[in-house]
Amino acid sequence: MGCINCIKRCPTEAIRVRHGKAKIIKERCIDCGECIRVCPYHAKKAVTDPFDRIYAYAYKIALPAPTLYGQFNNIEDINIVLNGLKHIGFDDVFEVARAAEIVTAASVDMISQGKLVMPIISSACPAVVRLIRVRFPNLIKHVLPILSPMDVAAKLAKKEAAQKTGLAPEKIGVFFISPCAAKVTVMRDPLGQEKSEVDGVIAMNDIYMKLAPIIGKIKPEENLVKASLKGVGWANSGGESLALGKDEYIAVDGIDNVIKVLEELEDEQLTDIKFVEASACVGGCVGGPLAVENGFVAETRIKRLMKNLGPDNTQSEIPEVALADVLWSSKLEYTPVMKLDDDMLTAMRKMEQLERLAEDLPKLDCGSCGAPTCKALAEDIVRGFGREIDCIYKLRERIRKLANEMVDLEENLIAFRQDEQE
Amino acid sequence: MSDVIRLHFDVAGDNLTEAGAAAGSVKKVLHQLGVDPAVIRRVAVAMYEGEINMVIHADGGTADVEITPEYIKVVLTDSGPGIKDIDLAMTAGYSTATKRVREMGFGAGMGLPNMRSYSDEMNITSEVGVGTTVEILIYTGKDRSPVNMAAEA
Repeated sequence: MGCINCIKRCPTEAIRVRHGKAKIIKERCIDCGECIRVCPYHAKKAVTDPFDRIYAYAYKIALPAPTLYGQFNNIEDINIVLNGLKHIGFDDVFEVARAAEIVTAASVDMISQGKLVMPIISSACPAVVRLIRVRFPNLIKHVLPILSPMDVAAKLAKKEAAQKTGLAPEKIGVFFISPCAAKVTVMRDPLGQEKSEVDGVIAMNDIYMKLAPIIGKIKPEENLVKASLKGVGWANSGGESLALGKDEYIAVDGIDNVIKVLEELEDEQLTDIKFVEASACVGGCVGGPLAVENGFVAETRIKRLMKNLGPDNTQSEIPEVALADVLWSSKLEYTPVMKLDDDMLTAMRKMEQLERLAEDLPKLDCGSCGAPTCKALAEDIVRGFGREIDCIYKLRERIRKLANEMVDLEENLIAFRQDEQE
Repeated sequence: MSDVIRLHFDVAGDNLTEAGAAAGSVKKVLHQLGVDPAVIRRVAVAMYEGEINMVIHADGGTADVEITPEYIKVVLTDSGPGIKDIDLAMTAGYSTATKRVREMGFGAGMGLPNMRSYSDEMNITSEVGVGTTVEILIYTGKDRSPVNMAAEA
């Protein structure tokens, strides 16, 4: 037995509690971070890189997600945060917000060339892309085949630094400062490309611990801000749509809401929409599990910072980037993780067995067995990694039956003894 | 051991938010069985339209689904008002939906035409005052619906 908070909230039923510990079924996990967020005991942690990993590189570049700007109170100038990053050990910064603007420019380009299947689904949230890959195969062709701002930033930062310093690319380390648990997986198992240029993902809360004590004293000595409000806005849900300038969009956030909208899209119930921006976290990236500040507070701060930036603050032109450099180089493939068997007839047999088992279970969805619902336990049994007596009610039934049998046997024994005495 | 799976659903009347629940369940089962996603989508869309029809015109009904390795059959049965002129009802844009239903974004007269275009075979039997039965057949093998052929072209 164990605590069941996370198994109940997992949108892909990917967690089981075994021997008191939560185990993740890897193929099903989409890295949405919901389990990290809901765990009251902080038993689940995202695996990120320790800060000291940056010292393995001669030239260290920070790639701050715009969400970082929303973590500090009373900071009216993004430059303070960026200069702060140099203070704590980085040699340079490349704003992911700037890369976001490049993604927007590439998207506009592709839309005008009529190369995309409508409605377009943003590929910025890796958890949503993974969700589509395992659950919505029919929507794969709608996913925007452009690298995420993080990956674009990594590519460009390395290129720029190599030119500036003359160092070999392997001596340059680029580190994403992440509010997002899924980005770590993206670095190891990339989406849309064979290999990510990101060398490490550092949790935003780790960077916050280093920045917070000194942030009040940082002077914006060097002007490092290159992104405009359009890129910074990507931190909030709806920011990407706003930057695109399309009216016919929907921005949906929170994994359960995202699933609802994708279901409707798949069933063609949503028409008249050209762009779908979906974020697994409530509020968008500001709601990420590795952020420190409450997402709603961060959202307001981001909006204020955008206002301060003004509409045309871009201090350096968006670099000319060839479309081919930011396009996905590998296709998104459907991974049918829900399939019971490769052979349909066998799958049908398993399905019948599953239905029978589910019918026999108490339908309380109590989670005591370690599976999120009775139906999920039935599925586990059919798949061969669960037993009927994992169900506490079934176990009790079995024990009661055995106990009754023993009482019956005992009565026989008494009768036997009486016979003997006579 | 049979090689057919039968599923039965009751579709509650006058509840548009619940409409589509049966289609959703069927979609999940078909994914578990490993049916081609393109086929699943056609079944789901056709069935969803059928559920909506039963909710807005017939105060609900039942949906019976038969799944085999060769085909998926959906039979939607209601005891609603029945369809007077089936050919007319099959005309795209023809609708008898009430103003209230239309205001909710339904009843555009595309339900039955859509169902037909997503299925390989469709059969409607109806008697005024008694009810309507719509049978949809979709083959799991080759994707041969006119909609998909048009989309490919």
